[in-house]
Amino acid sequence: MSTVEAQRPVLVGHGLRKAWSLVRQLPPTSSILLSLVIIGAVFAEQLAPHHPTEGELRMRTRPAAWVEGGSTTHLLGTDDQGRDILSRIIYGTRISLAVSLTAVLLAGTIGTAIGLIAGYKGGFVDALLMRLADIGLSMPLILIAVVVTAVTGASFRNVILVIGSLLWPRFARQIRGETLSIKENDYIALARVAGRSGTYIVWRHIFPNVVPSLLVVSTLQVAYVILVEGSLSFLGVGVPPPHPAWGLMIAEGRQLVWTAPWVAGFPGIAMGLTLLAMNMFGDWLRDKLDPKLRQV
Amino acid sequence: MADQTPLLEVRGLKTYFFTRRGTVKAVDGVSFSLAPGETLAVVGESGSGKSVTALSILRLVPEPAGRIVGGEVLLDGQDVLKLKRREMRRVRGSRISMVLQDPMTSLNPAFSVGDQVGEVVKLHQGVVGGELRRRVVDALSRLKIPSAEHRLADYPHQMSGGMRQRVCGAIALSCQPRLLIADEPTTSLDVTIQAQFLELLREIQERFHISVVFITHDFGIVAATAHKVAVMYAGKIVEIGTTEEIFDNPVHPYTEALLRCVPRSDRLEGRLVDIPGQPPDLANLAPGCSFAPRCPRAMDRCWEAYPPEVEISTGHVTNCWLAVKAP
Repeated sequence: MSTVEAQRPVLVGHGLRKAWSLVRQLPPTSSILLSLVIIGAVFAEQLAPHHPTEGELRMRTRPAAWVEGGSTTHLLGTDDQGRDILSRIIYGTRISLAVSLTAVLLAGTIGTAIGLIAGYKGGFVDALLMRLADIGLSMPLILIAVVVTAVTGASFRNVILVIGSLLWPRFARQIRGETLSIKENDYIALARVAGRSGTYIVWRHIFPNVVPSLLVVSTLQVAYVILVEGSLSFLGVGVPPPHPAWGLMIAEGRQLVWTAPWVAGFPGIAMGLTLLAMNMFGDWLRDKLDPKLRQV
Repeated sequence: MADQTPLLEVRGLKTYFFTRRGTVKAVDGVSFSLAPGETLAVVGESGSGKSVTALSILRLVPEPAGRIVGGEVLLDGQDVLKLKRREMRRVRGSRISMVLQDPMTSLNPAFSVGDQVGEVVKLHQGVVGGELRRRVVDALSRLKIPSAEHRLADYPHQMSGGMRQRVCGAIALSCQPRLLIADEPTTSLDVTIQAQFLELLREIQERFHISVVFITHDFGIVAATAHKVAVMYAGKIVEIGTTEEIFDNPVHPYTEALLRCVPRSDRLEGRLVDIPGQPPDLANLAPGCSFAPRCPRAMDRCWEAYPPEVEISTGHVTNCWLAVKAP
């Protein structure tokens, strides 16, 4: 009994210390920024001081709180419909994350599957799938989005589908390359000697070894999708108004750039910082998972 | 020692690679037989077709470039070349298994050692849970991996080369195969570990009466482990016989040359001996004997036609014009 009690705090301490040492390895700037984005998206209702889409027309185009004419009720000012910019930015994280994560999940799943099959099978299957990927990569994303929106109308779902279905080749190429080198390892040959089927070998022996690079590609692609979604929304073929998408907010602030630059400025800064953080995190992750750089 | 019915009989095996440069005859009419519990060493230079022969027995020649174009591989009298894919998968791992050269790439870095051994046991013996664990520990202890039950959760990178090769051995032997193909299993181990591993392999072989095809180019290992030796050159077996016969009475000049290349401490010549010339290009072989260009005793007819099989003594066969008695 006493030994059990004596051991328990040691174990807990060990677990906590392990968690802490993991946290300490994270890159500070990008981790803090990304945590803010994620917290904003999850707790938007609790954090946002105002409603994101209902404005007070009496409070139109107020500047930020620290500028003359601003008030502390609207810390980052309001837009021309009297909507609180800070609240819209906070709700905007939700859209950015939702679109980018779903699109990346969609593209990542398709791309990984295709990359694994192409790399493992080789030959004709590989050639066929990689030409498909080339076609996918050569499609102008923005043009396709414009066409799709013209035909079906702007919607949340369409943005995700368009981005997701044009993004998979980036994953497929990376995963195919990795698969090509992993399949040369003797353990793949030995798995076949042991009587394993191709499907099993790909799933159990190759897939776990591509997960690190899949994570890196995904992180970097999330940043890219945030940017693309911003561009599409800016052009009016992305997330439809009145959703507080960052790209949309920049578009709406465009006419006011000379008189009320904060309307377009703050969403722009939010987007810039998120992209920066995401890319920094992706770089860090890549270095971290690359055994060649780990020793340094 | 040799039983009457062979476990493995390879007859006229031909494996070609169809490349842009032409047809590479990597294995060109190889025949041999192997009794239960017997060890056959296949020796030869790099590119002589040793490994492709092994892969052909398992039907794992890299497709679509490579193809087995002829011959029979009889395992217990059954031609494995005629089996359906599914049936072949059942043969692999349970009746034939393999140990490869490089223990560094033979294990998947993403799985623990216990999982990797367990995978094969589960597949071929269908056991799970505690029974599976027990068999995995058994398999590892059989290869004298110290405190095997504590190493199940270890990953390959936590083990030394010798230890990893033992794990590979444990995986290969976990389902008690009848035939083990060892493709230079000790090449990447250092000498003391080599001897340990070979000793271990021989012990297990004797205990479970396993036949072994041992691919190597180290004659020291041949002498220590093999009952029979097949010398391969340019896709063909040029001489085959019992180990004593090959060592004491080599007939083919290539065998002689290989034996002369073995460094020996009792011959203080100061220089290592080599065989002049290069192995031939397997994509366009001249008619005659492929070794003729490098052979110190080549005669006119060596260039004209490939020599027939000549039986020197029981089981000792060579393909060389020197052995052919003048008519």
